[in-house]
Amino acid sequence: MPTAPRGVGNLRGEEGFPAAARTALADPQLRRNLGHATRTIRAKRASVVAEVPDWQELRAAGAAIKDDVLARLPELLVQLEEQVTARGGTVHWARDAAEANAIVTRLVQATGADEVVKVKSMATQEIGLNEALEAAGIAAWETDLAELIVQLGHDKPSHILVPAIHRNRAEIREIFLREMGKVGRPAPEGLTDEPRALAEAARLHLRRKFLSARVAVSGANFAVADSGTLAVVESEGNGRMCLTLPQTLITVMGIEKLVPTWQDLEVFLQLLPRSSTGERMNPYTSLWTGVTPGDGPQEFHLVLLDNGRTATLADPEGRAALRCIRCSACLNVCPVYERTGGHAYGSVYPGPIGAVLSPQLTGVEDNATLPYASTLCGACFDACPVAIDIPTMLVHLRNRVTEAKEAHGPLPGAEATAMRAAAFAMSDRRRWTLALRSAKLGRLLGRDGRIAAVPPPLTRWTRTRDLPVPPPESFRDWWVREHGGRS
Amino acid sequence: MRIGLEATCLVDGMFPQVGRATVRLLERLGHEVVFPLEQSCCGQMHINTGYGRFALPLVRRYADAFADVDAVVVPSGSCAGSVRHQHAALARAAGDEGLARAAKEVAARTYELSELLVDVLGLADVGAYYPHRVTYHPTCHSLRVLRVGEKPLRLLRNVEALDLVELPEAESCCGFGGTFALKNPDVSAAMLADKMRHVLSTRADVCTAGDSSCLMHIGGGLGRLSTGVRTVHLAEILASTKDDAESGATHATGTAQGVAS
Repeated sequence: MPTAPRGVGNLRGEEGFPAAARTALADPQLRRNLGHATRTIRAKRASVVAEVPDWQELRAAGAAIKDDVLARLPELLVQLEEQVTARGGTVHWARDAAEANAIVTRLVQATGADEVVKVKSMATQEIGLNEALEAAGIAAWETDLAELIVQLGHDKPSHILVPAIHRNRAEIREIFLREMGKVGRPAPEGLTDEPRALAEAARLHLRRKFLSARVAVSGANFAVADSGTLAVVESEGNGRMCLTLPQTLITVMGIEKLVPTWQDLEVFLQLLPRSSTGERMNPYTSLWTGVTPGDGPQEFHLVLLDNGRTATLADPEGRAALRCIRCSACLNVCPVYERTGGHAYGSVYPGPIGAVLSPQLTGVEDNATLPYASTLCGACFDACPVAIDIPTMLVHLRNRVTEAKEAHGPLPGAEATAMRAAAFAMSDRRRWTLALRSAKLGRLLGRDGRIAAVPPPLTRWTRTRDLPVPPPESFRDWWVREHGGRS
Repeated sequence: MRIGLEATCLVDGMFPQVGRATVRLLERLGHEVVFPLEQSCCGQMHINTGYGRFALPLVRRYADAFADVDAVVVPSGSCAGSVRHQHAALARAAGDEGLARAAKEVAARTYELSELLVDVLGLADVGAYYPHRVTYHPTCHSLRVLRVGEKPLRLLRNVEALDLVELPEAESCCGFGGTFALKNPDVSAAMLADKMRHVLSTRADVCTAGDSSCLMHIGGGLGRLSTGVRTVHLAEILASTKDDAESGATHATGTAQGVAS
């Protein structure tokens, strides 16, 4: 199965997670911004989820609908294509990021436009569409407030739902003052860092873009197969402007975003806002079906994107990652994400879901450190509105990483050696008893009952922690001494 | 009841006082404790690091070692969780249906300490005495894999002379995560720093939990900072009695986990 190709898109970081995390951890402002933001969203989510008496049943329904979609994906996709086409839209199939970018670029060029407005879209972030359009001389303007902050700051998004979560108000004000004038209407003079003032500056800046753009690019939160309807849910209304004002609308959607019927949509319109923004309902839900003469975009294109999704579907232990509705609840409860932020994950999909999704989309060898970017604490599984068992999936992917390495020959490195040695000792009573006795040699390293520095590979452990000194007698030796042969 | 003790490799090799406390507690409650010497490790370290294949013989040893006891007690939420949620799946993935059945059968009889005491033995008060200010860290696997919930707290609330203080942000992970602490040492240390800050804010003398691994990590950090706060396994607190305290026995107040005896 083909995975997402290298050299295009934003699913791979330049360095592994541990190194990238170190950079993030060294930034105290980032830690404060993240800690504050995730704590706030966590509390909001918890309170609105607690209001729903049948939340667990809703979760189970969401999981079941998505599993049904994954089991019948080819059939439902064909149904969607038929419905969209029958209602005046055009469907394009993209095997990967490169194909999707080429299709969208060609469609924009055919309109003669040299700029597009965009509603926040994870799929287009995933494939690096903005970069591809820029290479073709087409400017792509992000209209989601947080995406705008990221774009103007020449930055990368660090959260699925709140792409600028790593920025505070003062930083945003500086970015607006410095950058807005270069690409359109400048920020108002005397701009303060009050949220209302910042939002108004963005509104004035964006309004010009909306009124001049002839082409819009969107993602989709859902697509209803039996009617050919696309759905975008959002908080600001900027998406609705993109979806209604331009002449041409191009939607790029991952093939897993389907739901079979309108009735199924109802489940997700309850699960998504409560899980993502901690709201009972999102302020804007836009639904469109093909084209309507004289009203809204007169040309509608739907690009269906694979980019490693079929490969993910092929793994029975990993495919449930495709249930994901991109709510980001798992990010906000993850203690690892809270300390490192999203950039450390190197992919547009950070946090726990990114740690299982990115390595599957790219192939585990390309994102081999991500399955280990978790303590397996399980908070993500509890928070997930479609009940993806992320911890179990992480363990599965760790085994796949080891298998992938093994495919190139005997497992190298200190870790594999230690694991092999431990398994050898633990598999035999006599060997294990001896191993525990020899551990007592570790006492030589201790002072005052603790060890503050040890030889590799445990050196890193004792950088911030003391190791206890091994006891003079193992439990089993005590047991034999006390209880004799009784065992 | 004939109860098999799975000491866990960490307790066997590093924290034998936790195993001794578990034996003392269950014997005091009138049960027969056996320790099959064939046992070694539940294999979680291998499974969770991506070497599941290496753990298969350990899954078999576990099922064999505890085939003939009424219940198995594990003084670790993490290891009990591995037995219950990983063993049979691992055997099945390896195509060994016989082993999967055996693993499932023994897993159904396997309990973490607080589960055994509360659910199986029907006890909330084990007659312990422990005159200290204590805060409880609900380790992730006890909390979210086994769902032990309030059981450890119920047991602690019934310990005579014990002053139980609530730990802020108790449910957030301490950052140990097995080999996570080695593979991502910086993130692990950042999580530990927050956990220690919360422990210190309670002004407790003792931080307790149901897992020696998490306590080793937290205790190692507290020890490095010379905070004076000790980490003591739940089993040691529940095993302590007034007689122990009066006789000045070393095990009476539990032995600090971060600093071995």
